[in-house]
Amino acid sequence: MLLLVQYTILFACILSLVALGGCFSEHSGVINLGLEGIMVMGAMGGALTMKYLPSDTSALLIVVFTIAVSMAIGMVYSLLLGVAAIHFKADQTLIGTAMNILGASLATVIVKSINTLSNPDDHSSAVQYIEEKKAFIVNIGDFEFSWFMAIAVVALVASYIVLYKTKLGLRLMACGEHPQAADSVGINVYKMRWIGVLISGALGGLGGICYITTGVSEWKFEYGVAGFGFLALAVMIFGKWKPQNIALAAILFGFFRALSNVYFGFDFLVNLNIPSGVYNMLPYVISLIVLAFTSKKSRAPKAEGIPYDKGAR
Amino acid sequence: MEQTYAIEMLNITKRFPGIIANDNISLQLKKGEIHALLGENGAGKSTLMSVLFGLYQPEEGTIKKDGKEVKINNPNDANDLGIGMVHQHFKLVECFSVLDNIILGVEPNKAGFLQKSEARKKVMELSDRYNLQIDPDALIEDITVGMQQRTEILKMLYRDNEILIFDEPTAVLTPQEIKELMQIMRNLAAEGKSILFISHKLAEIMEVADRCSVLRKGKYVGTVETANTTMEELSALMVGRNVSFHVDKKESTPGKEILSIENMTVASKLHKNNAVRNVSLKVRAGEIVCIAGIDGNGQTEFVHGLTGLEPLAGGKITLCGEDITKATIRQRSLKGMSHIPEDRHKHGLVLDYTLEDNLVLQRYFEPEFTDKAGFLKRKNIREYAEKLIGEFDVRSGQGPSTIVRSMSGGNQQKAIIARELDKDPELLVAVQPTRGLDVGAIEFIHKQLIAQRDAGKAVLLVSLELDEVMDVPDRILVMYEGEIVGEFDPKKTTQEELGLYMSGAKRM
Repeated sequence: MLLLVQYTILFACILSLVALGGCFSEHSGVINLGLEGIMVMGAMGGALTMKYLPSDTSALLIVVFTIAVSMAIGMVYSLLLGVAAIHFKADQTLIGTAMNILGASLATVIVKSINTLSNPDDHSSAVQYIEEKKAFIVNIGDFEFSWFMAIAVVALVASYIVLYKTKLGLRLMACGEHPQAADSVGINVYKMRWIGVLISGALGGLGGICYITTGVSEWKFEYGVAGFGFLALAVMIFGKWKPQNIALAAILFGFFRALSNVYFGFDFLVNLNIPSGVYNMLPYVISLIVLAFTSKKSRAPKAEGIPYDKGAR
Repeated sequence: MEQTYAIEMLNITKRFPGIIANDNISLQLKKGEIHALLGENGAGKSTLMSVLFGLYQPEEGTIKKDGKEVKINNPNDANDLGIGMVHQHFKLVECFSVLDNIILGVEPNKAGFLQKSEARKKVMELSDRYNLQIDPDALIEDITVGMQQRTEILKMLYRDNEILIFDEPTAVLTPQEIKELMQIMRNLAAEGKSILFISHKLAEIMEVADRCSVLRKGKYVGTVETANTTMEELSALMVGRNVSFHVDKKESTPGKEILSIENMTVASKLHKNNAVRNVSLKVRAGEIVCIAGIDGNGQTEFVHGLTGLEPLAGGKITLCGEDITKATIRQRSLKGMSHIPEDRHKHGLVLDYTLEDNLVLQRYFEPEFTDKAGFLKRKNIREYAEKLIGEFDVRSGQGPSTIVRSMSGGNQQKAIIARELDKDPELLVAVQPTRGLDVGAIEFIHKQLIAQRDAGKAVLLVSLELDEVMDVPDRILVMYEGEIVGEFDPKKTTQEELGLYMSGAKRM
């Protein structure tokens, strides 16, 4: 039972972080379908950092470095989206899709070539971080507290404050709703959209490293992040692009995702004799059902997906 | 003594591909005056204001503020100089509150955190002082157009703007709101604000403005004191010739019956009742029949039922002796029905198509425009478009290949009229054909309607404008709550009498 709670919280944290990333990008007017790819890249950055940090590095430094590198790589990768969507006014759905395909493949190629370089017989795309991973965890009784839980809560609160209590948030959302109006009062729409995309990259990268350190000590990058970026998008939509609702939506989806990890701990679930594949499918099936019924009512930022063109009236 | 002006725009020239929007235009705004800028659609008013507001850079010319030359590169510069603008299409974020919209861009803040109470105090002070009623916490999407406009005005006042530009502010307002706006503008001018009022409505300019500058086809025509001029003189300046406000026409000589509608009933999309109830009418060749009424009394649904955009709940339509009750839109079109729709953007044009493609929208499948293999005959389409553009004087940047979205409203309407009339219809259904157009275009359209009538066609006009209802048709039918409640001879009735029927106070 405790394990279920623990995993629910962890998965909810990952989903929240990534969904918040999507939320910033979309509030600025750029649809970020590339979150999946950003997660993979961030995860790779973090995993390699853990691998190459000297073994005597203190736990705190491991946490700080890993997170910093993941966020930085996520941001760098999101430059792709920024340049293409904001600067070249390309179709944002296509860029996002391309980023997802590229993300998983690029990470696989990089990790494989690193592995092969150090050992010519090693063709796997896996990175191990058994020891380093422990730096993120503090045991409180039987409960494994992860620093990511604290970070996600801070991110949720900070996002709420930034969006609704600051100048930046007001301007950001104006650009996603009515960029011409923002422009007419002297707000630089391009700059705001860049900020939105970069924040989204950082949070996506953070979510990536958080994901691959949850429950496992090794990650094969050819798996990407198993659709978690898309699940986060579903959370964002179900959460109506609002941090407080995103937190709730993330807990719901996180619960079903956690169930697939720990259902064997519940006798009555095991006795149902349902194949494990069904539990693995649950979060995705639930997201389909939930969105089919609620997405009609939820209101996306009005101008998202439309490249801003100063000249057009 | 030399007069110093609040703002001067001297010899401004602004070119767009294929068109000179502003050709050597000068405009001088005195302090504390209401200065109207008059011109037809496409005369260059909006472009000139966009130059002043920093949205466009002129190729030539200078701008002076209080006698000193200034450079305006973007809206921030304009704001720093105290220039504010209420755009024709409001620049408001719909899901933000009134207060958030007002402070957007100049948010009072401490280290980036919004200080809304400070802003709220200032906004409410301004609101009281200028009698601009708003609810600061209401969302824009929930409030009336009038309050949205007051929000825009407060946006300018909040920024301490001294020069206020109103771009066609009355187009979206009800008569009551227009009156209030005029009073607000007078108050603002009395407080020392200088106001530029862009409009093509002569009566409003005569009522509120001190002086009026006139543009025509991108050129500056002159500036007059409104106290020393008349509406006729202003309209002659604007159009370049004398415009008759009254429509000249001969006595009609109705011939055979073209359209017959029996007991038409159309369901409403808004409520459970029928929007059109048991309407019967006839239109004969060589007459113009007008359906008058206040907006929302079933006219839209009536037209949709007649033209095939919506199915009938009951009744029968006969066109030239043929039952077309269940005919498709194309069949109706081929049988001789032309339709100038109420919403030209939604039902009249494909905005992102070229002008030539829009002009053959109902004929592209004819052998003249499509060969046997199904390919379009581009050359024929181009020639046909050029012919219509010439005949109907449709003005655009790049001729037949202009994207229709970029054309002015008047020219878009002319394109629709060209397409619909060149089909040589038996019946022309014209719904609010002059909506949002200037006097020159209105006169043109009225003449076209009467020419159709004189050529022996049947014309069914649906109009909300009482002047148009009195001047153009040979018979008036008043529609109230989906029913025809009266029939009148325009020569024997008055606007007041029609008003009683339109408001439901009387019925036959």
